Amino acid sequence: MKTIADIKAIRDKMQAQIINRDNFDAQAETRIVVGMATCGIAAGARPVFNEFVEQVQNRNLKGVKVVRTGCLGMCKVEPIVEILVPGEPKVTYVKVDQEKAKNIVAKHIVAGQVCTDYLVDEE
Amino acid sequence: MRELSLHILDIVQNSVKAEASVIEIDVNIHDGYINITIKDNGKGMDKELLNSVTNPFTTSRKTRKVGLGIPLIKMAAEKAGGSFKITSEKGVGTVVYSSFQIDHIDRMPLGDISETIVTLLDDKTDFVWKVRLNEKEFVFDTREVKNQLNPIPIDSVEVLVYLKSYIKENIESIIGGIIL
Ligand SMILES: Nc1ncnc2c1ncn2[C@@H]1O[C@H](COP(=O)(O)OP(=O)(O)OP(=O)(O)O)[C@@H](O)[C@H]1O
Ligand SMILES: [Mg+2]
Repeated sequence: MKTIADIKAIRDKMQAQIINRDNFDAQAETRIVVGMATCGIAAGARPVFNEFVEQVQNRNLKGVKVVRTGCLGMCKVEPIVEILVPGEPKVTYVKVDQEKAKNIVAKHIVAGQVCTDYLVDEE
Repeated sequence: MRELSLHILDIVQNSVKAEASVIEIDVNIHDGYINITIKDNGKGMDKELLNSVTNPFTTSRKTRKVGLGIPLIKMAAEKAGGSFKITSEKGVGTVVYSSFQIDHIDRMPLGDISETIVTLLDDKTDFVWKVRLNEKEFVFDTREVKNQLNPIPIDSVEVLVYLKSYIKENIESIIGGIIL
């Protein structure tokens, strides 16, 4: 069974990676922000959050953080996810599910192309 | 909400919003009930606000908009043969207790507790999670983990993935085999 002592090994590995990376700084971090208020949670924000975490890990992406936030203000189109890539305007995706999360990582985070199908509909 | 663990996530988010630095969550499966206690040291509520969150319908006409999180878990507990209680003191903190009768037809499943635990992790807030079944218990204290991790943030993706499987294994060893 895994123990909490194993966490030290992860720390050592990650610390080595950070030292190896040239001029590491938190400002250069890409952030995936998942709305996690009541409406978001009821609409499936938790599995979406965890899918992003898994995708980032499986693709071994560095400098990408998945974080949760409170209400993003549009209950009807939850789960809502904001993508913040340094130096680029914020992109807000709506009605995100696990499938969309996979595509957002592949297309937007990795290939730098906004998934225009998932943006909020301006009626 | 389809799982008790989603209600827990939602109620703990209230504690995070109330700027708690330590949040203790106890999931105690005992005597035919799932008892869930969420205790924080956040900013707390005064009497007026406390009354309005427990009776949302009587206060919803006031200017202040009352949310859904607390009424939803209260309803879920009462529908499942359990009970609900909230106490709070301004400047001290808040305790939210709810219980659910395990074999009640309207009780929703406990769901994925480990996913709820990792979704909440961050560097600003400390959590003490307890999952108990009869004499067995699993305790997950983020202060311990952060000590080991320092200076790596607990919400780094690599750490989240590891902790999720660590927590899952340990919780399964406590409540494994029992369908909750
Ligand atoms: N742990 C807490 N500490 C301090 N205040 C709290 C706490 N929990 C709830 N409150 C107060 O009660 C209000 C209602 O909470 P509730 O969860 O029902 O709705 P909400 O958080 O406002 O919105 P949502 O519908 O997204 O949950 C909150 O806005 C907050 O003012
Ligand atoms: Mg709430």
